[in-house]
Amino acid sequence: METILGLDYPSVWFIIIAVLFIGYAILDGYDFGAGSWHLFFKDNTERRIAINAVGPLWDGNEVWLVIGGGALFAGFPLMYATLFSGMYVPFMLFLLFLIFRAISIEFRSKEPMIWWTKTWDISYSVSSGMLALLLGVVLGNVLQGMQVGDNFDYAGAGFFEFLTPYPLVIGLLSLTLMMWHGALYLMYKTEGAMQQQIISLGKKGFILFVVLYIAATLFTVYATPQNLSVFHSNPAFWLFPLHVPVAIALSYIFYTKTKYVYGFICSSLTIGLLLIVAAMGVFPNLLVSTIDPAHTITIYNAASSEKTLGIMLLIVSIGTPLLIAYTVIALYIFRGKVKLDETSY
Amino acid sequence: MDVEILARIQFAFTVGFHYIFPPLSIGLGLLMVLFEGMYLKTKNKEYEILAKFWTKIFALTFVLGVSTGIVMEFEFGTNWARYSRFVGDVFGSPLAAEGVFAFALESTFLGILIFGWNKTKPIMHFISTIGVFLGSMFSAVWIVVANSWQQTPTGFEIRGEGAMARAEITDFWAMVFNPSAVDRVLHVWIGALIAGAFLVLSVHAYYLLKGRFVEISKKAFLIALVVATIFSLSQLHSGHASAVGVAENQPAKLAALEGHYTTGPGDLYLFGWVNNDTQEVTGVKIPGGLSFLLHYDFKTPVVGLDQFAKEDQPSQVNAVFQTYHLMVIIGMTLIGLTLFACFMWWRKKLFDTRWLLLAFVFAVILPQIANQVGWIAAEMGRQPWIVYGLLRTSDAFSATVTAPQLMFSMIMFGIVYLLMFVLFVYLLTKKILHGPYDEASTQPSVSTL
Repeated sequence: METILGLDYPSVWFIIIAVLFIGYAILDGYDFGAGSWHLFFKDNTERRIAINAVGPLWDGNEVWLVIGGGALFAGFPLMYATLFSGMYVPFMLFLLFLIFRAISIEFRSKEPMIWWTKTWDISYSVSSGMLALLLGVVLGNVLQGMQVGDNFDYAGAGFFEFLTPYPLVIGLLSLTLMMWHGALYLMYKTEGAMQQQIISLGKKGFILFVVLYIAATLFTVYATPQNLSVFHSNPAFWLFPLHVPVAIALSYIFYTKTKYVYGFICSSLTIGLLLIVAAMGVFPNLLVSTIDPAHTITIYNAASSEKTLGIMLLIVSIGTPLLIAYTVIALYIFRGKVKLDETSY
Repeated sequence: MDVEILARIQFAFTVGFHYIFPPLSIGLGLLMVLFEGMYLKTKNKEYEILAKFWTKIFALTFVLGVSTGIVMEFEFGTNWARYSRFVGDVFGSPLAAEGVFAFALESTFLGILIFGWNKTKPIMHFISTIGVFLGSMFSAVWIVVANSWQQTPTGFEIRGEGAMARAEITDFWAMVFNPSAVDRVLHVWIGALIAGAFLVLSVHAYYLLKGRFVEISKKAFLIALVVATIFSLSQLHSGHASAVGVAENQPAKLAALEGHYTTGPGDLYLFGWVNNDTQEVTGVKIPGGLSFLLHYDFKTPVVGLDQFAKEDQPSQVNAVFQTYHLMVIIGMTLIGLTLFACFMWWRKKLFDTRWLLLAFVFAVILPQIANQVGWIAAEMGRQPWIVYGLLRTSDAFSATVTAPQLMFSMIMFGIVYLLMFVLFVYLLTKKILHGPYDEASTQPSVSTL
């Protein structure tokens, strides 16, 4: 089996896909989070500023989802097939809200009527929040394991099976973390009274997030002890989960010192570290079968052929620097406080 | 209804709706590059106004294209899980390449294209416009390559048994340059460029008829007319090359396109009606025309549907026949229309021929219809296979997804897409009625709408 730096190709791909989804969660995370606060702003100009803070960037952020999804399809087709067909309803809802969010941003400013802007404001904010929640719910289901049956097909049935307590808590954790993350982003992008408002809202968001973080941590220890075994066998790995509270605390300290960019970097780190811990917990499994261990999807039984993984490694090693460069260029050009002009939404 | 039919209807509906927008993005992309390039070259403000006006309309089509496009990427997994398992090894790499190279280029530069007029240097902005255009062109390449592999699979081998059997790449470039890929990419590109050009023609013909924005509309109309004429003509060649390729690689599909049941000299129908029970076609035909087109000889036999077992034939021959013929008729109409307009331009009578301008106002719908029915013919003609000769559509949909779940998502998308379509048409019409700049002000300046 071919290896890179001592890792076999499926493991390398596990890391690549994890990195893509972490990038996605950080990037779309701030615009989902910012969107979730939207209805707290009452003034039309403030709402326009809030939308324009993410306006030029959200689309580039969703590229990470498209690429992450494509990489999962290409790298681990079995996982892609089972997860997406098994989580049919949440994925359909996810698409629904993704569409509503995109068209809300685009359509809101096209008509002056109050009912028009108000409708799109509600649609934008609700879909932003629901997307943040659903991402966590799906992740919670993956961490918890699913009813994977014969031929690795999902063996459950029904519309709302995905809504069990643990995924719901992970969903709320995702929502509150993204709201804290998005609040820091808005603090950086706004000024004046609007900035003051998001500063005071952000504090409430932070407290909610810390409560959820503690709850989710305890629930994880209770509900999915199997995901902790890697840390017991390699004590050095504890560094990752133990740095999560450090990143959280730092994001808050920078917040109190009005260093919002640094705070934002720390909330990004929080998202990254939490997802790294989750990925380490499941590795080398992708989806544990709660019915029969023989049906558990692992990086080995789900991986594409070595040839395909090798080709895509080439694509990704050319593409990832480009993707990062594009993201940095866009963030750089649209840096600083939002100023409304004739090209704004 | 059974799950297979529901899954097919849902996919056809969502992909058909999606495909309203990408051709417009590609086609308008070229026009934006031309307008902005003309502005940088001539410093004539009118081209800047055109570039900015069409960028706004482009932005609208792009957002709808992206949001309906992400749906497609998810639907492979949600609705076609067994297909995804089977093709993931092959299909995944073009899809990943699309995301990494094309979509990223497109989406990131889009932000600069729309919001960066005042934030970047003109040349940097122009580069972004080109980046968006090239990104949308590349997108089409990878998506059509993946689809072409389903039509004419090469560069793979089947490994695994039963439900776990799958196609694995043995030769990446043989997979990319599968026999139908190049013809089909060109055919799709050209179809998209025509669709964009005809939207520009329609809008500016309307302004000319109304006597609004006359000077810039003449410029825009002529540029778009050149684009539309060149590509309408090249589509004839591309379409022919595609048909020859289909005859070679997918004879059952070709037979269905012309309703050709019995192996022998093939007739070419201008229009007609296929009765699949009696296996007869009624209509106006050129006897031996199909043989002539493929082999330059009216007598050479063409493989008919009789060479295929019943279960390997497309079941909806008439639908394939009708959609294909409609596409061809529209293609010919577009050639006639653009050539005639060029003739009138040469006679210096183009902008005085009101009926011709009026025809162009409504002609915008024709490339859209041609693009849709062309795809329907291509995809229904491939049936009963989802991957030609390898995997049947009936073995490809998600085993776990139930009919009620599909009904739920179909109704959901039905309502949402209807809403989106109404809003799209409304906002597009509004932008067009308002025009590229405020007519009230004496100096043309960029619209703030």
